[in-house]
Amino acid sequence: MSEVQLILLFIVAAITGMASVLDEMQFHRPVVACTMTGMVLGDTTTGVILGGTLEMMALGWMNVGAAMAPDAALASVVSAILVIVGHQDISAGIALAVPLAAAGQVLTIFVRTITVFFQHLADKYADEGSMRGIEMCHLAGLILQALRVALPAIAIAMVAGTDTVNNALNAIPEVITRGLQVAGGFIVVVGYAMVINLMNAQKLMVYFFLGFLIAVFTDVNLIGFGAIGAICAWFHIKDMQKDIAIEEAAKTGGGGGAVEGADIDDSDLM
Amino acid sequence: MGDKKVTKNDLFWVFIRSNFLLGSFNFERMQAMGFCVAMMPILKRVYSGDDLKAALKRHLEFFNTQPFVAAAIMGIIGAMEEQKANGANISAATLSGVKVGLIGPLAGVGDPIFWGTIRPVLAALGAGIAMTGSLIGPFIFFIGFNIIRLLTHWYGVKYGYEKGTELVENIGGNEMHFLTEGASVLGLLVMGALVAKWTTVNMPLVISEYDNSAGEHVVTTLQNILDSLMPGMVALFMTFACMWLLKRGVNPLVIIIGLFVIGIVGYAIGLFA
Repeated sequence: MSEVQLILLFIVAAITGMASVLDEMQFHRPVVACTMTGMVLGDTTTGVILGGTLEMMALGWMNVGAAMAPDAALASVVSAILVIVGHQDISAGIALAVPLAAAGQVLTIFVRTITVFFQHLADKYADEGSMRGIEMCHLAGLILQALRVALPAIAIAMVAGTDTVNNALNAIPEVITRGLQVAGGFIVVVGYAMVINLMNAQKLMVYFFLGFLIAVFTDVNLIGFGAIGAICAWFHIKDMQKDIAIEEAAKTGGGGGAVEGADIDDSDLM
Repeated sequence: MGDKKVTKNDLFWVFIRSNFLLGSFNFERMQAMGFCVAMMPILKRVYSGDDLKAALKRHLEFFNTQPFVAAAIMGIIGAMEEQKANGANISAATLSGVKVGLIGPLAGVGDPIFWGTIRPVLAALGAGIAMTGSLIGPFIFFIGFNIIRLLTHWYGVKYGYEKGTELVENIGGNEMHFLTEGASVLGLLVMGALVAKWTTVNMPLVISEYDNSAGEHVVTTLQNILDSLMPGMVALFMTFACMWLLKRGVNPLVIIIGLFVIGIVGYAIGLFA
């Protein structure tokens, strides 16, 4: 691997590390992170395919409340390095992504703990009225998050493709690699389950079953499902409005039963 | 009453800074530093000296919500800080109360809409295309999601500031409830489709094997039987098992490792292929 590639890889890994904590631009999502890593390493196609496959697995990895998602950033970048530089199968990359996501989670917990120190430093700067000081404390936390992905990624990139690493990876027995491949086919259910639990709406599960049945018995694609979902949502909201109108009517003794503001104007919601 | 006024330029910089809310996430006060840093353009516009110090300190208190909807809180608090600086009777306790009070309801709207619906749906769409090796996949996800995200940030700051406390009352209102439930309907329908479409379970375990009257060799596998009942049934069952485990607080990584073990053992004994 050339020095330029190593520098670019460092930048890409740092961006994913920052994105992982920020959770804004989504550079840390496998479908983006693996693609960028693939580009840097000179094999975009493999990066994209690995990214798409990992993304399906990681669909439900999300930061909700204080709960932390498994770390997609380190998992995506390092498994892309091992697949592309180390000439491994995509299925091997997927299998490696899980322990890597756990390792990444440990690293980010570590950084998020260290950042408590900067939080207290920021308090001191606030006492002095130094906005620059607080900004620097904020930035320090972000830079640590960048490094916690960039440094391991560079370390792996330096040894990936060497005989020792290749021999170690190739020594994995077939029953394990094939078994992991099998599991890769249904590991996505964990992500789906996380998303469904987040909705936490028992009475809406009928829509889940509707989606399942349509998918099982027809060839509708995902865009079609989006459209069907939007229509269902529209009917569902109409129904809710009717319920509210009936409730109001009951309260006012059957008076004004008209549904007011029946049209939802999105601009009012932002 | 004073005449300190937040400019559109200040709001723009709050919008830019709101993109870095989570940068210094820590276990003590979570997004506190990010919130304080995001509010700085407004704070330094309306305060100076000891007032500024006090404002910086009160925005270094605990804060944690869904990062996109947090922009609306920044706008609302910005409007209140401006009124306070101009002599309105708003105490620091009121500001903290509104801020903390908005964390829950806004996260309740933001989490199902962004993490539960928009991201998984766009990610699944992008990933499906990416698995064919096409760069269009990552681009659809990245550009689509970021357009929605940036609009939410910008209009959050803008409307939050313009409507101020008026918006606080609306957040508990019907419209927000409609939006959240509507998004959940769409999200759940797509999840149902994904469970059926994007999972692969093959159980080649042979149940019966015989030569029929026409002399053909007929092999019936477990998968044949399951498919004749309802394709995708195993995936559906696995999804519900995962939901049950997650609700009992099992770490998702533990479940993933468990599924890998099932895959390996299943392959070894010939249940899966």
